[in-house]
Amino acid sequence: MPVEVRLPTVLRPMAGGEAVLKADGTTLREVFDDLVRQYPGLSGSLLTPEGEMHRHLNVFLNDEDVRYLGRLDAKVGASDAVTLMPAVAGG
Amino acid sequence: MKVGTLNAQGRQSAGGVASRGPDAAVEVVRAFTGVGVAEVREVYPATNAARSARVYTVEPKDLLRSDREAERAGLSLIGVWHSHTHTPAYPSPTDIAQAPDPFWHYVLVSLSDTDPVLRSYRIVGGEVTEEQVLAVGM
Repeated sequence: MPVEVRLPTVLRPMAGGEAVLKADGTTLREVFDDLVRQYPGLSGSLLTPEGEMHRHLNVFLNDEDVRYLGRLDAKVGASDAVTLMPAVAGG
Repeated sequence: MKVGTLNAQGRQSAGGVASRGPDAAVEVVRAFTGVGVAEVREVYPATNAARSARVYTVEPKDLLRSDREAERAGLSLIGVWHSHTHTPAYPSPTDIAQAPDPFWHYVLVSLSDTDPVLRSYRIVGGEVTEEQVLAVGM
């Protein structure tokens, strides 16, 4: 069963304009890999060249920040929802 | 030209930002966006997760909560306020480098002079363009 992934406006142009995508995976890393397979343009916004989570991205799994759930190793189930949001920062 | 408008609540929020003294303040802006005009309907206070007077990071959970509330109200997040405590109301190199969304409005309140100064910008591909801010419903 695929999980639902909600995209912020800034990432939608890289995903055919879609706001909500479906992706397969049992971990967040697998979900991201499936998203990149479907929409290669998302790659640089989701992952670093080393394959880690992009630092300018906030990722929530059922409203919990995945930084506290194991980041890319967070377990994902069929009824889960992933929400991506840009990190908002400055100074 | 893009025109941003602030209603009474937006102005009140700007005053709130200006009255907080030396700590950097940040709020997420929710709005209805029309053609050429972004009308600020609500603002949502956010914790500065950086705990700094020099830099800010919107607390991720505040950002998520604001996004959910905006969606329920039929609005969208369209920008962020923050204060510059000792520098002009112009995006810093950090602001420009970390501007996440070319569709957002970046509102700055400078506290470096006697009276606070509020200005708004678009930041697209590192290029900064100021936009007009109108106060309505005062």
